[in-house]
Amino acid sequence: MKSLDLSWRLFGVWRRNLIVYRRIWKVNFLVPLFEPLFYLAAFGVGLSGLVGEVLYAGEEISYIRFIAPALLATAIMFNAFFETTYASFVRMYYQKTFDAMLATPLSLNEVITAEIVWGATKSLLAAAIILLVITSLGFVNSPLALLVLPLAFLGGLAFGAAGMFFTGITPSIDMFNLPIFLFVTPLFLFSGTFFPVAGLPPWAQNLALLSPLYHLVELTRYLTMGSMEAGALTSIGYLAVFALVFYFLSLKTMRRRLIK
Amino acid sequence: MSGEYPIVEAEEVTKKFGLFTAVDRVSLTVRKGEFFGLLGPNGAGKTSVIRMMYGFSPLSAGVMKVFGLDIATGWREIRQQIGVCQQDNTLDPDLSVEKNLLVFAGYYRLAKSLAVERTAELLNFFALSHKRQAQVYHLSGGMARRLMLARALINDPRLVILDEPTTGLDPQSRHQVWDKLRELRARGLTMVLTTHYMEEAAILCDRLIIMDRGMILVEGSPEELIGIYAGKSIIEVETPGPELVAFVKQQQVRHEELPTRLIIYTDEEDQLGRVIRERFCFEKCIFRHGTLEDVFLRLTGRELRE
Repeated sequence: MKSLDLSWRLFGVWRRNLIVYRRIWKVNFLVPLFEPLFYLAAFGVGLSGLVGEVLYAGEEISYIRFIAPALLATAIMFNAFFETTYASFVRMYYQKTFDAMLATPLSLNEVITAEIVWGATKSLLAAAIILLVITSLGFVNSPLALLVLPLAFLGGLAFGAAGMFFTGITPSIDMFNLPIFLFVTPLFLFSGTFFPVAGLPPWAQNLALLSPLYHLVELTRYLTMGSMEAGALTSIGYLAVFALVFYFLSLKTMRRRLIK
Repeated sequence: MSGEYPIVEAEEVTKKFGLFTAVDRVSLTVRKGEFFGLLGPNGAGKTSVIRMMYGFSPLSAGVMKVFGLDIATGWREIRQQIGVCQQDNTLDPDLSVEKNLLVFAGYYRLAKSLAVERTAELLNFFALSHKRQAQVYHLSGGMARRLMLARALINDPRLVILDEPTTGLDPQSRHQVWDKLRELRARGLTMVLTTHYMEEAAILCDRLIIMDRGMILVEGSPEELIGIYAGKSIIEVETPGPELVAFVKQQQVRHEELPTRLIIYTDEEDQLGRVIRERFCFEKCIFRHGTLEDVFLRLTGRELRE
């Protein structure tokens, strides 16, 4: 295999995105600050009267406690995935930012890698804010919760790489509806986020095991509440492999798309 | 050191897209300090040659050397020392004018203090200092193009590649860009230019090639090419009478018959020019010097390409 052409120069691209992010950092902070509050109000407060307690990993917990860590996980997914789909597509296609970069000593792989790493950084920032919110509301009872930050970065790499893969094969920006409809939304709903996977029929449980979001949700529950259904190492391993596979796929599809 | 080898050396460079050959065994040399032009109709392969020159497009065959280094292996070192002003506006609309240069300097890993210094210098040189804080989408076409040029110079390059640097600009902005490019040439900077404007090529280029269908048709200085392919003076006759057409054919004067015009290539010393003028040109005759545009149209034809 040819060399990957990766160097520390990629942080020039990462820094560019950080500078743009900081320009409107207040707006960028508002979403992860208020979105979990909306969800907690709607589902946690509104639905919990109907749902009551949830049986998760052998314990009875309140519904709002059940979904609070899942909001961390879904925010990690959305932040990275939307960054490397819509935002990267705009930079690549409309702003021709990548074309300009590819006239400098940056390699294509550095540009793509930096975009994915930036997506993961956004996941990390969002997770940090949400962690503060749910901690202050009393939904966190483990000091391990700080490990949510590196986990957010890993989860961000996984979903950022998947998003970049779709950017590599999506003909136009409107077509992102497809991966969102077929990939992100089913993950969002069926990954043990709003109800425990254990309540599903066996075939559906096996399907959920394939979902990277399922493993991310499991890990955020483990780190914030100290219990999970599956094994932590298996879930970390699955996320890492998922990230690597889609990383190489995204390098491949973006090369085919951009290099003429 | 740089005297030992040409700045750019392309040997039988070929670019294929599937079955289509965009560039077909093109060889060219750009020497140090030269302003080199690549001319040709749309689809002639100019941009493909340029993209191979800065390592954006991999070669299908041949060897491209810049500063004596093979682009296939030395691309990073080469790109560190060249500036590229692309045809499309590739400025970063998320950043201010000044930040566009500073962030770009980061891609070259320029030291912060040097980046700040060069940014101020270049904004001043391109008369953009007053727009330092502006967002790039607020810039006029001319200003945006000047910022593109400034950005291409941020790393103090030894070679600058300009892909249609004045397309779409108004005459004032175009002349301003030309002035700046002439200043850079006077400082000894090597430049490669593609353009559709023959006037631009004639004014700026020391040497140029005209390409068509992926191949080089001719190479030389603008003056040489005009002398060989257009002649010193030209007579354009609108709706010529049949006697004139017959005369021109009989005397075997170089000419082109268009639907409503006759173009006759003569030389100043040529007696025929005077004869035509006295015998046939009672009205609607234009006498003018040969230009690069005549050369271009004679060599590449007049039919539309797209």
